[in-house]
Parts: sequence; structure tokens; C-alpha cells
Amino acid sequence: MRLSHLACAIALGLASHTALAATAYVSNEKDDSISVIDLDTLEVTATLEVGMRPRGLLLSSDNKLLYICASDSDRVQMMDLATRRIIKELPSGADPEQFALHPNDRWLYISNEDDALVTVVDTQSDEVLAQIDVGVEPEGMAVSPDGKWAVNTSETTNMLHWIDTTTQQLVDNTLVDQRPRHVEFDLDGKRLWASAEIGGTVSIIDVASRQIEKVLTFQIKGVHPDKVQPVGVKLSDDGRYAFVALGPANHVAVVDAKTYEVLDYLLVGRRVWHMAFTPDQKQLLTTNGVSGDVSVIDVDRLKVSKSIKVGRYPWGVVVTP
Amino acid sequence: MRASTLILLSCIGLCAASAAASEPAAELQVRIGYLAYIPDPGPLLSNVIPEPLDAGRRGAELAINDSNSTGRFLKQQYQLDSAQHEDSDALLAAAEALHAEGVRLFVVNAPADTLHALSARLGDSLLLNAGSADDGLRQSRCLRNVLHTLPSRAMLADALVQFLAVRRWQRALLVTGPTEGDLAYAAALRRAAKRFGLRIVAEKAWTFDNDQRRSAQADMPLFTQTAEYDVVLVADERGDFGEYMPYQTWYPRPVAGTQGLTPTGWHKTVETYGAAQLQKRFEAHAGRWMNDRDFAAWIAVRSLATAITRLRSTDPMAIRTLALSADLPLDGFKGRKLSFRPWNGQLRQPIPLVQPRALVSTSPQDGFLHPHNEMDSLGYDQAEVSCDLARGT
Repeated sequence: MRLSHLACAIALGLASHTALAATAYVSNEKDDSISVIDLDTLEVTATLEVGMRPRGLLLSSDNKLLYICASDSDRVQMMDLATRRIIKELPSGADPEQFALHPNDRWLYISNEDDALVTVVDTQSDEVLAQIDVGVEPEGMAVSPDGKWAVNTSETTNMLHWIDTTTQQLVDNTLVDQRPRHVEFDLDGKRLWASAEIGGTVSIIDVASRQIEKVLTFQIKGVHPDKVQPVGVKLSDDGRYAFVALGPANHVAVVDAKTYEVLDYLLVGRRVWHMAFTPDQKQLLTTNGVSGDVSVIDVDRLKVSKSIKVGRYPWGVVVTP
Repeated sequence: MRASTLILLSCIGLCAASAAASEPAAELQVRIGYLAYIPDPGPLLSNVIPEPLDAGRRGAELAINDSNSTGRFLKQQYQLDSAQHEDSDALLAAAEALHAEGVRLFVVNAPADTLHALSARLGDSLLLNAGSADDGLRQSRCLRNVLHTLPSRAMLADALVQFLAVRRWQRALLVTGPTEGDLAYAAALRRAAKRFGLRIVAEKAWTFDNDQRRSAQADMPLFTQTAEYDVVLVADERGDFGEYMPYQTWYPRPVAGTQGLTPTGWHKTVETYGAAQLQKRFEAHAGRWMNDRDFAAWIAVRSLATAITRLRSTDPMAIRTLALSADLPLDGFKGRKLSFRPWNGQLRQPIPLVQPRALVSTSPQDGFLHPHNEMDSLGYDQAEVSCDLARGT
């Protein structure tokens, strides 16, 4: 459908690609599908069948390819977004959960949750470049903007593992709080934000020294502290905000990214996992696993403006312009 | 080769760190004893699906593997010394032998009496009880050097009866087997019934002195012909007759307790909050499903390792003090951070309610509030307990 749209637009020469609505892709863990959301209308326009238990999602730098961790299929799938077909399956190692793409657009760092490994795959040659031993239940993955570091979190070992991408070797470990779940570099790559689900904290780490600089905690009125379980972290490009998804606390924390002060808590759907900004960064989408919907946060007003029903147990989300 | 490079690299990291601290980091060798004595339950009527004989031990082994993966980055090496014996005395002797070798941390999968004896003989050690659900150990006869990771019978019963209250099943028939364990389980159910407003309309003891020409199945409808109830509660810990109760009751009503809808510390059908990964790791390790004993032993070893990582010490009393403080959040894949109750050393934890192939619910149920921690609505709360471990009584 979108293809015909595009063809039409090109044929008429009236609209460029950017004039089309931005699109969100949401992985539904228990439906083995991807929900496609039109971000103009905020409606689900298509549901695409993919491999089993899709979780982590990411886009190629040109936004043409969608990578999908199909955890129970033990593979990473590559979808051509123009045709919405799976065009390739990469040898990911067992149970891929999250991954990160190197700025060179080729090296994919995949955490293999069941095998305590990080697998590095060349997305062009399909070769496995390296497998790196890390702690138990590797989960979060991020590559620094300069491409120097790949950082993996291991949920049971409670560490951040620093992998030097030039040698594909593990060179350092940072012990953080219980069950680190997600890591996110800031735009200039100076700091790394790491959430700890059971510890209930987010650690902000100075990348140069790999030391913890600040540990954020969260308190929400009327929510038991045990239910505050930070998962996804997103930083706005203007350096103003960090958003932290707090899992079964059903809230997203808004943090001042400069002073590290927690500014507000926004009520979203149940068990909020991950987030993605719209291209203009005016809206933030959250996946809410238990309630099976996506909440839309208005970033200027810091209010939740809408929720969109998707498939069962939505997990990952990415947005293309 | 990969692994050796890794060890070398992590070593470099640590050596650098320790050089800064001007003292070489000693390699921390941690030995944990696993002591098991599982009494023979005697002949059972429903013995089609036997319980695994290595329940508990396999969980402890997996936790050692998990801990070593963290340990290799921290230069900590964990080792499990297992001793499983057919009688209590042999186990005591094995425990003393390990103690003589310097082991001071133990995970115990044994009945309450054996645990009492072990606690007395291993006075300077820390024992984690992963085998006895005895309520006395958590209420009036607390042992100074014992923490409990297996849920008590009171926790299980409260978890179940909260759910019955939510479903508004208010009248129960209670059927109790003949063993001490069955009587204790029934007592826990009575206590829970009183706490959460369940009315026990009739109680019957299962003696199986019925007409021997009839099978248990055939006997059940008549046996359960009492005043009307909404649910049959069964206390049959060994699994002797309880398996024959569902679908055989006089009134068409559900069965819950040790059979039917069952409260348990762990079950194959627990999968959320990262549990799926633990289940997979366990199945790869043991070749079978993880049960509540396995989980209790797993979390016991993980609790020790988490404390050791924090303290960088294996001192049993330091670990005990940290465990009984509010400062040791534990990851048990149950959706909440777990911690030990300071008054009786019981691990607070959500309790899954399961049927053989599905998770039915997880307690504490929504709406059962508690001034400090909703998980403390399960089992003996501070005010009901005469011991206070954190203060040393």
C-alpha cells in the first residue's frame, strides 16, 4: 500500500519521500508480528508477520531496512521497508534480544540471552565476525556514536561489558545495580545511561573513565518502590530531557538531562518497555507490554495525549521519517 | 582461546584497579555446601509421575554457574559441595566434614528437624533453608543462623486464599491427609481462611479406610458429599490421594491446595519478568523443568553470591546482617525485587498459583494492602512473630 503511495508520489512528481507520514514499527512479542502505525493519524495501518517472539528493533542509517530480533526463532531478520518483506535472515546466535548497529552500518552487535554471548555479524557479508563472552543473560546493547565502544549489559551478572570495536574484545566491566536492562549513549558519546530493573535505578556513566557519575532513583506517589523497574531510556537530541520507562510502575520518568533532576512522572499503559521519538522529537511513543498498547507522549507539554492499541505484548519500537 | 583472552583482560582491569588500591586483590574462593535429606514419602496412591530426586540440587548448581559468570569478572570463584543422604544422621556427619574443611555457607534441603540439628552443629555458619516449609521456623522457633528461601506453608495458603477471596469463593470443604505435613498444611489453610474471610463449611480427614473394592476415584464423590461448598481445599503434600479429587467432587466445584489450583514458589509456567530465560537455562542444565525446590536452592545460592559481590567477603555473619537489612535487593524473576524479612529471615516473594499447564494468577492479589510491603500480606507478619532475627532473638 505504502509502495503504491510512493510510486504514485514519484510518478506525479509532487511529493518527496519526506512528505509522507512518519511511521512507527512496534514488535509484538506474543503475536509474532510488527504493528505499523501512521504517525499523522496515529492509527495502526498494517500488521506484518515476522519470526517468533520479536523484541529488539532497529533501523539502518538510511531508514530503509528494519532489523528484527526474532528471539524464539534464534535469528535476526532484515526487512525491506519499501516492500515490507523479510529479505534476509542473519546468523544471530541463540535467542537474540537486543542489538545495536555500528555507525559503519555493517557491524551488528547482538546479545544472545541464553548463551552469555555477544555476537558480531557483518550485515553485508552475513559473516559472524566475533563472539564475545559476557555475563549471564546479556540484554542491553549500544554502540557509541563514534563507533569506538559497544556496550552490553548482563542481567544476572549485573555488569556493563565494554567491548572495543576495533579488536572486538572485552576490555572492561562496570558493576551496576541489579538487572541492568538497557544502555543508551548521549548524542556526543560522553555519557552512557544504564537502567537497572531490579535495582530500580539508572546509572549515568562517564564514558572516558567508565566510572559511575550519578545514580538516579525514582519515587512515584502511590506506587510501591518495588514496582519501579527502569527499562528503556531515551534522550532528546536537544540535550534537555531523558525519559526512563519504569516497567510495571506504568509511568515514564522525565529527567532533566543536565541537572539529573527527575521532573515528572507520566502515567502510560501497563508495563512500559521501550520508547522512540517521532522525527521532529515532539512526540515520544512508549510500548506497554501488559496493556498491549502504545502511549503517545507530547514532549512539549509533557502529557500523554493518546494510546494506540497494537498486538499482544508490544516490546520494541522504532520510527522512520 | 576466547575465554582465556577474556580472563586475561579482566585480570588486567582488576590488577589496575587493585594497584590503585595499593593492595593486590586476593582471589575470592567461595565454597557453598548443599545438604539434602529428602525422607522417603512411603507408598503413594498416585505415583505415576515421580518427583525428581535431584530437586533442589540442580537449582543450586545452576546458581553456581550463574555466579561464576559474574565471578570471573570479579575474580570470584564459586564451588558447590553437594551432600545428599538417605538419613538425617549421615547428612549431619557430611555437614560436619564440610565444616571441618572450612565451609561456612550452606543451602539445606531437609525437613525441619534436620535443619534444627544442622543449625545447632554449624553454629558459626549461615544456613539457607530451601527445603522446609515449616511455619514454626518462621514464627516462634526461629533459628539464629538460618534464612529461608522456600515459601512457608502460611505464605502458600495465604496466596491461595487471597485468590479465592478475589473470586468470591467463600465456602470451602477442607480435606486433610494423615501426615504431619498434611496437618500443618491444613492448619495454614485454616489460618488463611480466618484472615481472608473464607468459611470452612466442612472438614474431612482422608484415611482411605473405605470399601477396598472401590478405587479412590470412585470413592471421591461420596467422600465429598457434605454441606455445599464453592471450592474443595486439599492438604496432601505427598501427592497420595489429592490427584484424584478434581472432577470427582460431589458438587461440580474446583479443587485447590496441594493439588488442583496450587500455590507454589516456582513452576514451569512462570515466564514473565525474565523468568523464561531462567527456565531455559535450567532446562539446558538439568534436562527437566524447574520446580519450587530448585528455585529455592537457586535463589539461596544467588542471594549468597549477590551479598558476597557486594561485601567482597564470605563472612557468614556479615552476609546475614546484610541479608536482614533492607539493603540487599534480589533478582528472582518474579516481577518484584525480593528481600529477606528482618524479623524471621523469610524471603518475601510473590507466589504463583498454577494448574499443571498454566499460570492462573500470582499473589499477593491486587487490593490486599499492607502498610509496608504488599508481599508481607503473605505468611507471618512482624506482629505475629515472636522472634526478631535482625535484633538477635
